[in-house]
Amino acid sequence: MKPIYMDHHATTPLDPEVLSAMMPYLKTAFGNPSSTTHDFGREARQAVETARQQLADWLGAADSDEIIFTSGATESDNLALKGIAYRSPDEKNHIITLAIEHKAILDTAKYLQKQGYEISYVKIDSHGIIDLDDLRRQIKKNTALISVQAANSEIGTMQPIAEIGAIAHEHGIPFHSDAVQALGKLDINVQRDKIDMLSISGHKFYGPKGIGALYVRKDLRLAPLIHGGGHERGMRSGTLNVPAIVGLAKAAEICERDREKENARLLQLRQKLRQGIESQIEHVQLNGHPEKRLPNNLNFSFAYVEGESLMLACRDVALSSGSACTSTSLQSSYVLRAIGVPDFLAHCSIRFGLGKSNTAEQIDIVLDLLRKHVPRLREMSPLYDLAKAGVDIEQLSWKDHDHDIHE
Amino acid sequence: MDVWQDYTKKVMEHYENPRNVGVVENANGEGVVGNPACGDVMKLTIRVENDIIVDVKFKTFGCGAAIATSSMVTEMVKGKSLEEALKISNKTVAEALGGLPRVKMHCSVLAEDALQAAIDDYKKKTGAK
Ligand code: FES
Repeated sequence: MKPIYMDHHATTPLDPEVLSAMMPYLKTAFGNPSSTTHDFGREARQAVETARQQLADWLGAADSDEIIFTSGATESDNLALKGIAYRSPDEKNHIITLAIEHKAILDTAKYLQKQGYEISYVKIDSHGIIDLDDLRRQIKKNTALISVQAANSEIGTMQPIAEIGAIAHEHGIPFHSDAVQALGKLDINVQRDKIDMLSISGHKFYGPKGIGALYVRKDLRLAPLIHGGGHERGMRSGTLNVPAIVGLAKAAEICERDREKENARLLQLRQKLRQGIESQIEHVQLNGHPEKRLPNNLNFSFAYVEGESLMLACRDVALSSGSACTSTSLQSSYVLRAIGVPDFLAHCSIRFGLGKSNTAEQIDIVLDLLRKHVPRLREMSPLYDLAKAGVDIEQLSWKDHDHDIHE
Repeated sequence: MDVWQDYTKKVMEHYENPRNVGVVENANGEGVVGNPACGDVMKLTIRVENDIIVDVKFKTFGCGAAIATSSMVTEMVKGKSLEEALKISNKTVAEALGGLPRVKMHCSVLAEDALQAAIDDYKKKTGAK
């Protein structure tokens, strides 16, 4: 069987049109955009500035200068949080975010906390949606930043970004959003939605890896993380990665061009998959919101079947799981735990991330595999027996045998 | 998961065709253990006659390595005396599978614990020491 890629939240393949657009800058147009004294440099600069303008237009930015190129969304998230934290006056040392943010936000927040910053996590409901009243309650005089993702990479839950932006602005607090999963799918406009900083990653929408951007509203100043030649208005030094920047803009252009059509197609495929799972397989639970989720995302728990063993059974399909067994930390997904999915169901979770290459035939293949393997693995599962005998699995707990692992 | 590349042929073979899945009908020993590390669960039932494990079956909720080690441990103990069976450690099971990826060694502990628990249970039930 030909492998099926259904892990588009992790990354996406490079669009051939994007590669073609990049090629001249990989082959002949090698100039350094900072070298404005000769044509080699000017050609490169021209390409970068055109790309910058395209991205600014795409995001609804007022000025192309507001796009700061970075190595990817992890850097963008770091720059947004640390950039604000390190330049806010001392009394502004409070950051508000969510417990289901990407690790690039959470780990940065934890790092800042160790340095004395105060971090608050706004309440979310069992679908992962922010509690706006709680957001209002968390705002303090010393709040320096609110950072809330546009959509979640595991459960696809979309946040009411414009409402959050409005609340932030009522209080004069900058609002940052990690829009990595949402871009190319949702309609985002930084001015309309009152977003002051927005993180972008190229490889999540069929662009190249290693390139991203942070939109930074003009009047916002960030402390740089990388010092050097003073590129990108001093906020991010380093010679610009011209071919990747050209690719990023091309990928954005294609995404916007195809967005509505592709979204409709993805929704149809997802509906087929969801309906197939819910109608053909017993004891499944949808994790995340039934409607307010990315059009390409599904996250299901197949109760009593451990996620890694199910992925192994379906190994010609690239999927991902929130099971503890798939993580090196042996912890189940922090996102699923944060929305209150019991550990044993997090253990049984599979994420389906649809994308351009997926077809209705592939959905049928995946459904066939699930229909075959879920019951088979269930027959092998002691938890299924216990559940059938009426035992409450959530209440089971295991003593640590205090046991050496002999290697 | 790149860890699958590190599963030996033997691990994959046992995962694909696990031996002795189920519950021994007239079992006189049962061990149900959970893995405190990752939350996986294994149940092993045994039938002991004259100190010999004449039948053994497993049920496992866990990763591929957990299923393979469960299957392997049932093969290893069938026909063995209790004393011989108790000598089996997670390491010997892993070795019999041609080794396990490092991050998967803890899964084999489940098999050892379940075996131990089943034999303890048998001894308790029958008053054997
Ligand atoms: S049983 Fe969980 S990692 Fe193997």
